[in-house]
Amino acid sequence: MTRTLWHSTVGKKAVMAVSGLIMLAYLVVHMFGNLKIFFGPDTFDAYAHWLRTIGEPFMHYEWTLWVVRVVLVAAVVAHATAAYQLSRRDLRARPDRYVHRRPRASYATRTMRWGGVILGLFLVWHLLDLTTGTVHAGFRPGHPYENVVATFSTWYGNAVYLLAMLALGLHVRHGFWSAAQTLGAGSRTRDRLLVTLANLLALVLTLGFIAVPVGVMTGLVS
Amino acid sequence: MRLTLRVWRQKNAGADGAMSTYEVDGISPDMSFLEMLDTLNEELILKGEDPVAFDHDCREGICGACSLVINGDAHGPERTTTCQLHMRSFEDGDTIDVEPWRAAAFPVVKDLVVDRSAFDRIIQAGGYITAPTGSAPEAHATPVPKPDADAAFEHAECIGCGACVAACPNGAAMLFTSAKVNHLGVLPQGAPERESRVLDMVAQMDAEGFGGCTLAGECATACPKGIPLFSITRMNREFVRAARKAR
Ligand code: HEM
Ligand code: SF4
Ligand code: FES
Repeated sequence: MTRTLWHSTVGKKAVMAVSGLIMLAYLVVHMFGNLKIFFGPDTFDAYAHWLRTIGEPFMHYEWTLWVVRVVLVAAVVAHATAAYQLSRRDLRARPDRYVHRRPRASYATRTMRWGGVILGLFLVWHLLDLTTGTVHAGFRPGHPYENVVATFSTWYGNAVYLLAMLALGLHVRHGFWSAAQTLGAGSRTRDRLLVTLANLLALVLTLGFIAVPVGVMTGLVS
Repeated sequence: MRLTLRVWRQKNAGADGAMSTYEVDGISPDMSFLEMLDTLNEELILKGEDPVAFDHDCREGICGACSLVINGDAHGPERTTTCQLHMRSFEDGDTIDVEPWRAAAFPVVKDLVVDRSAFDRIIQAGGYITAPTGSAPEAHATPVPKPDADAAFEHAECIGCGACVAACPNGAAMLFTSAKVNHLGVLPQGAPERESRVLDMVAQMDAEGFGGCTLAGECATACPKGIPLFSITRMNREFVRAARKAR
């Protein structure tokens, strides 16, 4: 079954849909957690600490977090590999352009590939910035509130983040609806619901994530 | 009507092609697009030039042979086949670009004619039922629920023209293949091959070098028979189901 799926365009797209939905579910939770920054450093840092204790005493300190990380890395790798392979195939299948050009499909649809690449690059930067602190001057492990405020006190920190969140909104807008079609859940009668849900998810995620840098910029969070 | 045509001319599959410009005059708005091209070809033949090669057969919108991308749209500005497109859809003095279907799996044979035999091979891979047929059976022998009959008819309307492939930014044949898979898949007569049909037809579609679906929706907009985009959704569902059941 795995072979049938991975070796066909339809099946590989299903892998993209499932991995995309896994990441999407994570992002909704992540966005929600981020909003705790508006309740001050104690709440936020305590929340970050609690994340490491989920599942105790059955799970040891940080075990649950590592399970989540492994699943997410697997999802990102599967998603990006399938995206790369399918995109190469798509470009090969249409080698000659029409002389008479016209814009095809919606903006969100046309930006899936570049938007995806932007998201991938952002992901690397984001981890190096706020998880490992590699590219973060004066990073203090265990003090996420301080680190977040420091990141969004730089112009490039804000610029990178805002751009990535716009890309995320567009990606989710087309992605969520697409995943429903890929997995066979769409239909004529259910389409309005799915389109509305996709737009709502995109909007809520983008606004929710952007609220944090805007909070720092306006001095609401400091 | 007086028109300027810019037409893709290509001697054969191996040759390089280019757009050539022609003027045509005395076109009636009641002519079909193909009759307009016939007029151009008559003039070219009288001048001793090579007429423009294009595909056509029934000229009544049912065979799927005609195939032109007109001003960037497969089958032109109306939702119909090129043979059913009339010159009243254009204005006197217009410049019209005419190109062949573009896809790696549809190589150009000459001018505006492309080789669509990849579609035939997709059909051969599973677009049939294995029950012995013969003369028409008694209509009530196999009851078919009305919604299923309607769905089968909707998908059976596909004429295999390939406009969906021509319009798709990925040169994908998903709409065509899904129309065929669903047409037979919803009927009791097609049930024995329900799983193998979708797996084999999708495998053949991939083997022919068509692209994958990115849900751009261009195919369903171009389709002269109104095969809906959800036809693809339904085939995706069938495919995943069949892959799960396959050993
Ligand atoms: C590693 C970075 C990423 C890359 C390179 C990438 C690339 C792509 C590409 C090329 C597509 C297909 C576009 C199309 O069908 O037109 C796609 C679809 C999708 N992406 Fe991403 N993406 C990335 C990250 C994400 C993230 C973080 C999410 C979670 C919100 C996500 C969710 C989705 C979904 C749900 C789909 C739809 C799958 C389908 O059509 O069935 N992607 N992605
Ligand atoms: S699905 Fe529509 S556009 Fe595609 S081959 Fe059939 S009739 Fe033509
Ligand atoms: S010539 Fe038969 S459909 Fe146009």
